[in-house]
Amino acid sequence: MVVGAGPAGCAAAYTLAKAGIEVLLIERSKFAGGKNVTGGVLYGSVLNELIPEFWKEAPVERRVQRHVISMLSEKSSVSIDFNTDNSGHPESAGYTVLRAKFDRWFARKVEEAGGMVITGSRADDLIWEDGRVAGIVAGDDKIAAKVVIAADGVNSLLADKAGLGVSLAPDNVNQGVKEIIKLPRETIEQRFNVTADGGAAMHFLGFCTRGIHGGGFLYTNQESLSLGVVVQLKALIENKLKGVELLESFKEHPTVREWVKGGTPVEYSARLVPAGGLRMLPQLYTDGMLVAGDAAALVLATGRALEGLNFAVASGVAAAEAVKIAREKDDFSQQTLSQYAKLLSESFVLQDLMRFYGAPQFLENSRLYGIYPELACSLAEKVFEVDGNPKMTAWQLSREEMKGKISLWQFVRDAMAARKTL
Amino acid sequence: MSEMTMEQRLALNHYDVDTEAHIKVKPDVCQECDRQPCLYVCPAECFKFKEGKISFSHEGCLECGSCRISCPREAIEWSYPRAGFGISYEYG
Repeated sequence: MVVGAGPAGCAAAYTLAKAGIEVLLIERSKFAGGKNVTGGVLYGSVLNELIPEFWKEAPVERRVQRHVISMLSEKSSVSIDFNTDNSGHPESAGYTVLRAKFDRWFARKVEEAGGMVITGSRADDLIWEDGRVAGIVAGDDKIAAKVVIAADGVNSLLADKAGLGVSLAPDNVNQGVKEIIKLPRETIEQRFNVTADGGAAMHFLGFCTRGIHGGGFLYTNQESLSLGVVVQLKALIENKLKGVELLESFKEHPTVREWVKGGTPVEYSARLVPAGGLRMLPQLYTDGMLVAGDAAALVLATGRALEGLNFAVASGVAAAEAVKIAREKDDFSQQTLSQYAKLLSESFVLQDLMRFYGAPQFLENSRLYGIYPELACSLAEKVFEVDGNPKMTAWQLSREEMKGKISLWQFVRDAMAARKTL
Repeated sequence: MSEMTMEQRLALNHYDVDTEAHIKVKPDVCQECDRQPCLYVCPAECFKFKEGKISFSHEGCLECGSCRISCPREAIEWSYPRAGFGISYEYG
């Protein structure tokens, strides 16, 4: 039994169904994906292993051929703009997705593989038998199961009930708010300089969060844009700011305004993203139960990326593989299910989280969101300024701009920390 | 594009609103709270400070859990809406 038809739950249920194992996937929304929001890019390689050439049939929006990282001051921006023709390598590309469509497709794949999917059913509680999880309670129904995979999202009430819950706190959770902005397909392709199936993924730092811990994003979908900000909850609380205020001013930024011009907002959404890295990882399994995806806080936040979809798919598959082993032994004890942790530690899931163990702490550095983006913009302004005065070298300009804002010593220390974590 | 009010934003979304609230707030506990982070963290502005009191309405809730994580006083009894109710994203 799998709870939650997001990418983790669908990947788990699909893997089990493919192996001919009887599996029930339940979802509280009226249809799979109806409660789900993303602020990320789906990288192809993991899903491609599960469903080869998924991009041919899955409702992906656009293959990302352009990656932009921008640092914003109030009026300016400095960007790294990477363009590539990756049409020949669809398996390793990233894809923009809209979850209401994508998750629905994924759940249908589970059904095609022989799994049973029930939507509009909320798992309210666990059934316990001799100290082990033995199923779930959904409304008036009691559903017995040999094992439960909880993939019920960041607010995993089931994991809490099993004592496997992540201890979420304002300093290890980010809030994302997002707007879907409708634009004609041709306008998107011309404006973002992308091909008919290609797209852009843009990440922003600085003014988009008014200098507080977080960032902004802009993704191109087929006929819409996803524009959003992701901010640490603690930073919102301490600065008495609302995510939606940041979204509004981000949207009005001179650089961003031109990207979204003429578009019509059609949806407003929000979600939480675990961002504490390995440090917040909960116990992942107990007798008769495993936790996967966001419910287990399996999200990589490095500053360079906030990656969750891949981690969800990979952890769902690993949970299913552990269940397969348990099934062969007909032993769903904690000890057998510990194979799950072993599988995760052999995959990129735990290896990446280990490698970037220090990233969440590094990202606490407020200069990343304030001084540095400001500095990058003001320096660029000086570099490109011709005012009739004798020119300085770039180094002289940098030192001049840093004066009174940050010491060279502090800058070097931050650069060293960045080298280790990014 | 001019700024939208929260009502206009939420009106873009599709909801099946339940008659009963899925989140319960204890206003007398909130009364004692000097920080009231719920007023900032709720992306749908479901929490309002009216006539010296915190009031909560569940209709526009995006089911994100921000209030659940942020409340310093355990004044929020949080759960998901009943099956089939609440937000239903068309894009996501």
